Amino acid sequence: MHSIILLSVLGLGNLFLGFRRSNRLLLPAAMLILGLVLTVNFTDWNQGPQSFFNDMLVVDNFSVAFTGIVVLTALVLLPFSQKYVHDGEANLAEYYSLLIFSLVGAIMMVAYNHLLMLFLGVETLSIAMYVLAGSDKRNLRSNEAALKYFLMGSFTTGILLFGMALVYGATGTFVLRDISFAVQNPVNASLTPMLYIGMLLMFIGMGFKVSAAPFHFWTPDVYEGTPTFFTAFMSTVVKAAGFAAFLKLLVQAFPAASAQGVWLPTLTAMCVLTLLLGNVGAVTQTSAKRMLAYSSVSHAGYLLIGLVAFNGQLEGASANGLFFYSLAYSVATVASFGVLKLVADARAREDYNGLNGLAKTNPLLAFVMTVAMLSLAGIPLTGGFFGKFFIFSAAVENGYIGLVVFAVVMSMVSIYYYLRPIIAMYMREADDETTATPVPVTGFQSAALLLLALLTVALGVLPGLVAGIL
Amino acid sequence: MLTVLLLLWPVAAALLLHFFKGRAARVPALGAALVELVLAAYAAFTFNANHTGQFSYNLNWIPSAGIQFAVGMDGLSLLLVLLTAFLVPIILLAAFRRNFENEGVFYALVLFMQTGLIGVFTAQDAFLFYFMWEVALIPIYFLAGVWGGVNRAKVTFKFFLYTIVGSLFMLAGFVYLYFQTGASADGLAAHNSSLASFYSLNLPAATQMWLFWLIFAAFAVKMPIFPFHTWQPDTYTEAPAPATMLLSGIMLKMGIYGCMRWLLPVVPLGVDYWQNLVLILAIIGIIYGAIIAIRQQDVKRLIAYSSLSHVGLMIAGVFSLTQIGLQGASIQMLAHGVNVVGMFFIADAIERRTGTRNIADLGGLTRQAPVLTVCFLVLLLGTVALPLTNGFVGEFLLLEGVFEYNAWMGAVAGVTIILGAVYLLRMFQRVMLGPDSSFTATFTDLTGAELALLVPLIVLVFWIGLFPGTFLHLSEGSVMNILNEVVKR
Repeated sequence: MHSIILLSVLGLGNLFLGFRRSNRLLLPAAMLILGLVLTVNFTDWNQGPQSFFNDMLVVDNFSVAFTGIVVLTALVLLPFSQKYVHDGEANLAEYYSLLIFSLVGAIMMVAYNHLLMLFLGVETLSIAMYVLAGSDKRNLRSNEAALKYFLMGSFTTGILLFGMALVYGATGTFVLRDISFAVQNPVNASLTPMLYIGMLLMFIGMGFKVSAAPFHFWTPDVYEGTPTFFTAFMSTVVKAAGFAAFLKLLVQAFPAASAQGVWLPTLTAMCVLTLLLGNVGAVTQTSAKRMLAYSSVSHAGYLLIGLVAFNGQLEGASANGLFFYSLAYSVATVASFGVLKLVADARAREDYNGLNGLAKTNPLLAFVMTVAMLSLAGIPLTGGFFGKFFIFSAAVENGYIGLVVFAVVMSMVSIYYYLRPIIAMYMREADDETTATPVPVTGFQSAALLLLALLTVALGVLPGLVAGIL
Repeated sequence: MLTVLLLLWPVAAALLLHFFKGRAARVPALGAALVELVLAAYAAFTFNANHTGQFSYNLNWIPSAGIQFAVGMDGLSLLLVLLTAFLVPIILLAAFRRNFENEGVFYALVLFMQTGLIGVFTAQDAFLFYFMWEVALIPIYFLAGVWGGVNRAKVTFKFFLYTIVGSLFMLAGFVYLYFQTGASADGLAAHNSSLASFYSLNLPAATQMWLFWLIFAAFAVKMPIFPFHTWQPDTYTEAPAPATMLLSGIMLKMGIYGCMRWLLPVVPLGVDYWQNLVLILAIIGIIYGAIIAIRQQDVKRLIAYSSLSHVGLMIAGVFSLTQIGLQGASIQMLAHGVNVVGMFFIADAIERRTGTRNIADLGGLTRQAPVLTVCFLVLLLGTVALPLTNGFVGEFLLLEGVFEYNAWMGAVAGVTIILGAVYLLRMFQRVMLGPDSSFTATFTDLTGAELALLVPLIVLVFWIGLFPGTFLHLSEGSVMNILNEVVKR
């Protein structure tokens, strides 16, 4: 809870800092704020569930853990915005404040206990994202991305809201555990279809936010057009918060066996479709950025397995699997987008060939990118392996062997496209002037990249540090 | 604790190598590998062959899942750890002959891989074993991919994909087994993945039949057994010589060791059911590799196919499920490691001097290079399995094991010795004897450094050939244990 208040107040402060002529203070200030919030967040660890605002928000270990992921992700991402500091066109104070406010939305999504809070959280997060997607004002693609994201996003938010209204109509409440009670003890059985339609409509809304198929079509275009810095934010924070909110919804509002009979097949189908379309889509890309967009869709598929392996609690195999996976995925994704942004800024291209010869010109960038790719592919020694391992074993434990076999086959496919950047960096020579010159990287960014690579390897070698904490 | 030291030292040294650039990295890299060899030798001297499972170390790696960082060595592990520790310095010395770009990184990757290899040979926990299995793969992918020949990107990609797909099947098998086990020793987790609890599972035969293929997939690709071998000749040819030595000298033994430790005792009924099929595939591999080797024009490719043929015999020995076959495989792993590394080194020495590996372009090296000729001949005769050399002991035991299981199979497998002599002696004749070619006119003999590298290998060729008891004694207890686990059910 402290983190929400701190972020709101300090975010506002950060906005006012923008009135100064110089941008130089903004980045350290923003990092300080996020560092502070990250620390404060952990004071809520193991304090038991604390409820706020008449039970509308509940802070427990689950929400603290996911708040930790989103704040940490934003914090390690910030160094890659350094280029904006000297860019007269960029409104840095607004960017940072929007990022900070969107984090408030993300935290509301992981701590909600009332559907209204979920809605507010989703909107707070999304509206900031709509704006940031279009922040590269003079770039047509960025404009297109913002418009697409906004139109589709507001449409699905409407659907989400409609779903909530139907659920309210059927149960008479917005509070999660009261919904759960009403689902198990229906007052009026004729309202059950309305309840389930409402639930499924909410799934559409949530599925859109986490880019799960078949609601993923916006992802590649929006990710590609959005400035890379914000794409990284979108594909990590939104996804981690979205899945935490999704799991909370299933565990606290719809754990009843009758409801499971409806949502389990739905989610399983979504999961299979997401894995298939994400991975097959990524194979055919020639742009590294679009590949990462499809890869982000495919990771939504793996995370959906964590939801399917639901055990009715915000702890245990399913929640822990989601937590570990989100953490490993966020770290690796920030690293890969970070490298891609630095390379794309210097070489003005985002295809695989733009990475040619990077191992010679920038060994550090190539190394970090490699670690990130191996982690996303789920190769041991990296966090991504244990992320997949925990989620898959949670699913096997619950008997979803067929689903896991399919997911394993899909991750074999994913090795194909995750190796392509590695091959370009290490096994191809620079093909022109731009790829032969080193990419400029500040010491600060190098440190951030090294930290991300270290975190990924630490998660892959000593997973016991965070595995099973929930 | 010694095992942990053996595991941590190479990776620590690899990290420290970061501070040495270019040629300056050579001495520290070699020094680190020699320290590792001393550690392994110390382990061998303090090892008590009458007991199994020594130098054990346990750490709760992932407590919530019951996964342990459990390592330890019995005789079989020790033999392979010794082989690894012995070959890595030699492979590093061989790498010094080539002036690779970014040498420091190259040596660091070799040392890093050593940790993975030793981890595979000492792991006592299924998931640790899988983890180390992949730790060994990542560095070799980069060694072959970055410093390899023209087609390296394509070839190493195929290699990576084959091996990782195989090992994912193995992982799936392990996960299945994991869920059949009981609670971990500390009671924190509902299941555990220790080797001992995998051994004590009594799964129904129908389950073991499909489980066998899941686990065997990883080993089949790595060894490789026909028809999973298609990555092997290309990768061996395209990879730089030191990487080829790592692949053929040590990495391939991961597959055979894996079969002995993690397949036979874990799914004995599955092994029993598929035994014939695997033996037939192995024997097809023996003949197929040998016949293709006869037709090869490229020295490196020829050795690659000969390696395929020899591995086939080792697999056949393991799957004969006889004590003599398994003992033969244990000692042949050492012998093959020594011989193949030496052969690849000589092929590389010739290529460095002449710029070609094409047999048709070579000839008459004997006159300019008598020392090289002698070394080559010794290693070659070891590979052909001439009595008194290391290859003889291994192949004799292996063939006897296969004979014991089925005389016909033994007879067909025995052809390997004849065919081996055919292609190897033919290569020797065309490369070393005959008239000079334009490529070989200015050939120079081995330098002192190169000879220093080959001498330990040649010593081992005769040592294993004359006194095999030293090594057979070490693995005897482990082989008995493995067979006891197999026949128990």
